[in-house]
Amino acid sequence: MTDVVPTGERRQLAPPVLDTGVMGWMRKNLFSSWANGITTVVLLVAIGWMLSWFLEWALFTATFTAPNGQACRGHGACWALIHEKYRYIFFGSFPYAQHWRPLLAVVTMLAMLVSSADRRMWNSRLIWIWAIGSFITFLLMFGVLSFPISLFLTIAAVVGGIGMSVRGAIAEPVELNAWRALAAIGVIGLILRIAGVMPAWSLTIAAFDYVETGMWGGLPVTIILATYGLVFAFPYGVLLALGRRSKLPLIKGLCVGFIELIRGVPLISLLIMASVMLPLFLPQGTSIDKFLRALVAVILFAGAYIAEIIRGGLQSLPKGQFEAADAMALSYPQKTILIILPQALRVVIPPLINTFIGFFKDTSLVLIIGIFDFLNTANQALVDPNWAGFPAEVYLFAAFVYFCFCFSMSRYSKYLEVELNKGTRR
Amino acid sequence: MAVETLGSASRSTKVAPWNDPAIRGWVFQIVVVGLVGALAYFLVSNTVENLARQKIASGFHYLDREAGFEIGDTMIAYSPASTYARAMFVGLLNTLRVAVAGIVLATILGTLLGVGRLSPNWLLSKICEYYVEIFRNVPLLLWLFLIYKMISESLPGPRQAVNVLNSFFLSNRGLYFPIPLANPIHQWMGIGLLVGIAAAFFTARWAKRRQEATGQPFPTIYASIALVLGIPALVWVAGGAPVATSWPELKGFNFVGGMVIQPEFTALLVGLVLYTSAFVAEIVRSGILALNKGQTEAASAIGLSRGQVMRLVLLPQAMRIIVPPMTSQYLNITKNSSLAIAIGYPDLVASVNVTINQTGQAIENVLIIMAAYLTVSLSISAFMNYYNKRIALTER
Repeated sequence: MTDVVPTGERRQLAPPVLDTGVMGWMRKNLFSSWANGITTVVLLVAIGWMLSWFLEWALFTATFTAPNGQACRGHGACWALIHEKYRYIFFGSFPYAQHWRPLLAVVTMLAMLVSSADRRMWNSRLIWIWAIGSFITFLLMFGVLSFPISLFLTIAAVVGGIGMSVRGAIAEPVELNAWRALAAIGVIGLILRIAGVMPAWSLTIAAFDYVETGMWGGLPVTIILATYGLVFAFPYGVLLALGRRSKLPLIKGLCVGFIELIRGVPLISLLIMASVMLPLFLPQGTSIDKFLRALVAVILFAGAYIAEIIRGGLQSLPKGQFEAADAMALSYPQKTILIILPQALRVVIPPLINTFIGFFKDTSLVLIIGIFDFLNTANQALVDPNWAGFPAEVYLFAAFVYFCFCFSMSRYSKYLEVELNKGTRR
Repeated sequence: MAVETLGSASRSTKVAPWNDPAIRGWVFQIVVVGLVGALAYFLVSNTVENLARQKIASGFHYLDREAGFEIGDTMIAYSPASTYARAMFVGLLNTLRVAVAGIVLATILGTLLGVGRLSPNWLLSKICEYYVEIFRNVPLLLWLFLIYKMISESLPGPRQAVNVLNSFFLSNRGLYFPIPLANPIHQWMGIGLLVGIAAAFFTARWAKRRQEATGQPFPTIYASIALVLGIPALVWVAGGAPVATSWPELKGFNFVGGMVIQPEFTALLVGLVLYTSAFVAEIVRSGILALNKGQTEAASAIGLSRGQVMRLVLLPQAMRIIVPPMTSQYLNITKNSSLAIAIGYPDLVASVNVTINQTGQAIENVLIIMAAYLTVSLSISAFMNYYNKRIALTER
């Protein structure tokens, strides 16, 4: 017995050198077989060759400051062009001395987006952040903001209506009457306004010099088109999705037809439609701003895509949720707003962010109808005859900026997907 | 007692008409449709009034008129004297050409990248990952501009063209290469190709049926290749094997003769393929990753080779996951090909856009664009839905 159990100190043998550390990792991941090893070597040579060529061009022989394009010729990359034009690329034809305004607007919008990304902020606070942030953004961009009375009346009618239908049979009569009063003020006011009884009052806030949308350009335009395109498209995408799931045949038919029509045609055709047909659609004498036309096209387009994503969320809900809500005698708006949408929307947040990334990229198409978004200002920077002939530098710079935005958003969406599924994963 | 309660309950379900869900539903629908109709009436009446005031003609009569503009890249005979309808048809063919080529190439490149990301070789999988991240996080339009400018500004002019074997010439005017001179035998070769494809299809069906019945395998792939390539080749030999060729030649400032791939087409195709293949790679990767590892192990356990495991067990299952998102990528390629207008490739939107500027008839033209894209989109999704249904899992 005593022979079987070894006694005394045993010398610990180190694992083979080739299986641990850097060597082990390389053997496992780069040289696990002959074919693998050859692939690695070929790829290394190719990468080394391309990288050295690229660094030579972009760094070692590049020009970083130069009086004009002529001084750059014969060298590598001409980053002096970016140094010269970056303010134009970022802010377009916005008055040069006032560039701090679009800069602050961009910072405000980014702050809004970043704060909305934090899960702790996902409550009613977010509405206030967006209301105030949007006000600051557009005040900075326009300089002068004017709110017609009909805007306030519409908001009163919509908020009152939602309050009435969601709080009906739940709230105290006092609260319910307050909602009813709000809705009534809104509706009656709107009727009076349309009938012409109420004059066209408006609240005007003039903080800075007025800058029309034709002067806007660069990054703020891209962010505004993508962000507000999606913000406005969201409620109407929700309505389209609910309509498509509705049991009422006419509503369903309208929604299905509209969604499939929009999803079947390219964004360009909608942009062309908005730019050449929208003026024809409106009564004589009303002219509609070019920027607004592009925004309308983006909203129309985005709504159909958002609707399809939200439909996915609605379909993922178990039937019991709908039946339980019906059993509680909730009305359709109560069932939808209190039970269904909160669960359905939670599921679709990651795909919605991916849609936002898509639209952030797709807003670049507005350059076809002559809006100066970020890609278009980059394009225009190439037109200057003093700096002709360096397209790669400008496009790579623009690509880098787009990449920073889209990549961080896609990482955030991946993180959220994991984070939101923690409850359901075992 | 119970019966009575039930009876009283059913009596009380007779509700007032304004509380009846069915009636409410119809009222709501009629109101909504009425509102949509009112909006449509408002828009249409405004439009009619505006058109009358601006003296813009309406109707599709202009389609028969002379177009009067040049198109740089045509697949069928076209001249400025042709009609608008023909100009649009030329544009549509150009759209379809770039879309079909893009779909095929993006599928191949994307599948390679998707499989590459799953490679055991760390370096290869990282390269594929970086490729995907770089290409899908930058707008397609930017890639198109960059590639087009690179082609048109970095390549030499026709006089200094890169010359390969005196028959291929690469310059900023495109890639010129020799083609066989037109010969009636080519039509017969085309028919031969169709016959070959049909023969291959029926052979494959016969081989599959025989294998299912008797277990005897048949080299279907080699037989198909031989049929598809062999029949046209036989026709060519039977027609006297004509070898007359049109060679590209430098005359003045550009090449004459031969066949050319225009730089606009190249830029659009390369951009579409590079961009879309990043998305395709992600689809393929997630399709393969979604499969249970037991499938591979079980297939190896019954003695299938590695290729057979992939071809007979893994891919058919992965396809079920891959096909629906792939369909939307194919639709995206088709729709994104409309970005051609930004770099001057004469696709459908470009033709129609010129027509809008010349005739001023925006509504009819936008309708034409939308109808054309809807038709193409719906055909692609109909085909892909049919394919999806064919490969779908048959459940009880």
